[in-house]
Amino acid sequence: MNNYPWWLNTLVLVILMAACLLALPNIYGSVEAVQIADADGTAYGAAKREEFVRVVESAGITPEASYLHDGRVVIRFESTADQETAGERLRSQYSRQANVATTLTPKLPKWVRDLGLSPMSLGLDLRGGVYVLLEVDMNTAIESRMALYEQDFDERLREAKIRHRVDLTDRVVTIRLTGAADVQAARAIIERADPDVLVLDGEDGQSLTVRMTETQIKDRQDFAIEQNLTTLRNRVNQLGVAEPLVQRQGVDRIVVQLPGVQDPNQLNKILTATATLEFRLVDQSGDEPGSRRYPGRGAEDAQVLKRQVIASGDQIIDAKSGFSEGQPAVFITLDSAGGERMLQTTMENLNKPMSSVFIETRRETVMRNGVEEQRTVKIEEVINTATIRGVFKNEEVINTATIRGVFKNSFQITGLTPIEARDLALLLRAGALAAPVYKIDERTIGPSLGQDNIDRGFNAIKIGFLAVIIFMAIYYKAFGLIANVALFSNLIFIVAMLSFLQASLTLPGIAGIVLTVGMAVDANVLIFERIREEITAGASPQNAIHSGYEKALSSITDANITTLIAAIVLFGVGTGPIKGFAITLMLGIITSMFTAIVGTRAIVNLVFGGRKLASIPV
Amino acid sequence: MKLIADKTNIDFLGARRRKVALAISALLVVVSLVSLATRGLEFGIDFTGGILLEVGYPEAANLDEIRSNLNSAGFPDVQVQRFGRDTDVLVRLPPQPGNEASEVRETLQRTLQANGETIDLRRVEFVSAQVGSELAERGALALVIALLMIFVYVMVRFQWKFSAGAVAALAHDAIVTVGFFSIFGLPFDLTVVAAVLAVIGYSLNDTVVAFDRIRENFFALRGVSAELAMNVSINEMLARTLITGLTTLLVLVALLTLGGESIAPFSIALIVGVIVGTYSSIYTASATALALDVNAQDLIEPIKDPSLIDDLP
Repeated sequence: MNNYPWWLNTLVLVILMAACLLALPNIYGSVEAVQIADADGTAYGAAKREEFVRVVESAGITPEASYLHDGRVVIRFESTADQETAGERLRSQYSRQANVATTLTPKLPKWVRDLGLSPMSLGLDLRGGVYVLLEVDMNTAIESRMALYEQDFDERLREAKIRHRVDLTDRVVTIRLTGAADVQAARAIIERADPDVLVLDGEDGQSLTVRMTETQIKDRQDFAIEQNLTTLRNRVNQLGVAEPLVQRQGVDRIVVQLPGVQDPNQLNKILTATATLEFRLVDQSGDEPGSRRYPGRGAEDAQVLKRQVIASGDQIIDAKSGFSEGQPAVFITLDSAGGERMLQTTMENLNKPMSSVFIETRRETVMRNGVEEQRTVKIEEVINTATIRGVFKNEEVINTATIRGVFKNSFQITGLTPIEARDLALLLRAGALAAPVYKIDERTIGPSLGQDNIDRGFNAIKIGFLAVIIFMAIYYKAFGLIANVALFSNLIFIVAMLSFLQASLTLPGIAGIVLTVGMAVDANVLIFERIREEITAGASPQNAIHSGYEKALSSITDANITTLIAAIVLFGVGTGPIKGFAITLMLGIITSMFTAIVGTRAIVNLVFGGRKLASIPV
Repeated sequence: MKLIADKTNIDFLGARRRKVALAISALLVVVSLVSLATRGLEFGIDFTGGILLEVGYPEAANLDEIRSNLNSAGFPDVQVQRFGRDTDVLVRLPPQPGNEASEVRETLQRTLQANGETIDLRRVEFVSAQVGSELAERGALALVIALLMIFVYVMVRFQWKFSAGAVAALAHDAIVTVGFFSIFGLPFDLTVVAAVLAVIGYSLNDTVVAFDRIRENFFALRGVSAELAMNVSINEMLARTLITGLTTLLVLVALLTLGGESIAPFSIALIVGVIVGTYSSIYTASATALALDVNAQDLIEPIKDPSLIDDLP
């Protein structure tokens, strides 16, 4: 009686050993390192690794180790000084092609890395860093799309020589026409331009209203979020942060997590910035339909600019900051469509002035009737105006005073401070946001607090664990020791699962582990108390063990499943700290059921099973 | 070693004791609810929105000076308090509408090191009021969903009277734990919500284990009253209930004393919850089921095929 078949014992042993292996990477600690990732996201190969190592060695530094990880090159160092020097050297040499980040990396031996194992990833509250929750302004995303429709319809109707007036209010473009024939013709033109939009006849029979369908609005919103995710990833990558996380949350939110970043100020400007450029011709007569007056930025003069945009930020494929004739400048390259349009416009408008408009969107809180209200404010300022003066084939320069030639793909603009030029170049390079984003939650954890949290958390685990172990050994004697083995295995299982799932361990997560340690003994207590009861009732030791385990089983399952329900709800509905706690609680419940029901039973069977016993030490 | 004698026979559920226990529970719940209604909770910025800074000074910080510096820097409603150590200070401000977060941050940092100290900005949190109210809603939602799902599970595994008993016990635990935070003015943040849910899980564990034994005894001790069967069950489970409570409290006390200031409210909520939960699974859950006139019949599954009865000898 009370013998497990050999295969079950082996299975328990194999599972335990697998868990030990998965948990192993956590004992090595971490080391200073530099991570290099390709700016375009292409995976690096062995040749690149050697190249980077040579660059580092040429600076007189011997790396402790170097290897490829997920297409990135990781180079480890003995000291922070080495790490910083190497990081600077790599950054200056590969500033355009690669993102170089200094970081801490687990000090794993080669064979552990080769097995693809990694330690638990630590949450921001344990390693320090910045967490930002951004909200995407969907209204603006829709409205800017409607503005494009308005401009497009206007141009098409003018080309078709149909007399019309367009007007955009509340996401509806109204087109006023004269005569039924024109209404028909205009409808055909609009439906050809975009077959999906909803075109309705106006009540007066002299107009059309155009709006986006529900599907189009939803598509547009999805597009805005996806585009923003890409743009934000690009921006974050350029900041040189190791393992950044940019993720969609819910319908209109984006989470950005940057481990190790300490100063969120620079970051904020870069993340939420909507700065972009537009190029428009100056309306010299000042009364063309659709022309508008734009204020000047700083000392720059205000200008009345034409409605048509020659080129805008989303047509810019590269931007670099630098100096031109001693002035900070941004060097811009347009895509081919933008380039063509720019070429044509400048050829047709020789000796006429053109302006660069700097556009930025901000959210302001205003008080209206005593209630706080969020309002989106769009700032559009002329940063320079220049006259198109001549035709040069390949000379492609604008400066503050004049546009000297017909320029096609690349040119430069001035009129900014050095920092503005640098940020604008980064933003234009990373791509524009499809819709403005606003920060609604920001948390920064300093590195000292992170380390403090780790130390305190693990201390609490150690002491709590020790207290429980001592109590169990005294109270249940040999059976208590067996329960302690199970409890210890339980810890290993939780760590192994967290490492395997790569779920971040947070401070509440540590609390979850501590709680699990306390609760994990419960299953054992249930079994042992039951065995004691059976013995008191006169059962033989072997029978007591057998029925103790058997009868306790339904209580253990019921109790754990109900707790699991609570943990799953926590995980599903909870956010941030609650989720971290829920993960470890769930894992703890599952692993503790296994260790208590199967694990301790295996040991009890091995020790006490199949022989005559006068009494058992429980 | 044994803490509890092998065969205890304490009359937990006798008519008088049950009334006293129910009266105590009712009193605890009423006091908690009154305090929640009148005093409310010290909500953390997770729920209210606002700005929070945890700052480490090189030497013991002068709270009054920091407060007056911040006041004159244009932050009138600022809370400044010590956080664990003499050198650590927690600064809390309501949301600052109309001001750029980065500017507010710079002003705060400048003001805090007015005397030229180098300070360690350990933690800075900006939470908008909008996110705050959402987090509060989601926390409450989590509680309600968890209670509902547990009700259904216990109903399927046992019977609705037990479900009602379990949920009454859980609601009791949750209300008393939150009430404790209200009465003593302890900071109530997201981690406390997590703790309250963990308390529900824990207390439920206890309750279900007791119910499981009650079900077993309803059949084992045929013919005895429901009250007696329940009382026997609770006595039989007493050692287990107390020992599990004890080991859990052991680790929680370790967490409270060693885990640091930011996890303290969480630990306190769990400690209160485990104590209340242990009590409630002995009294509230069973007493509620008894009040609903639970009996062995409730647990017998109806026989689907009546012809089977004829075959019995």
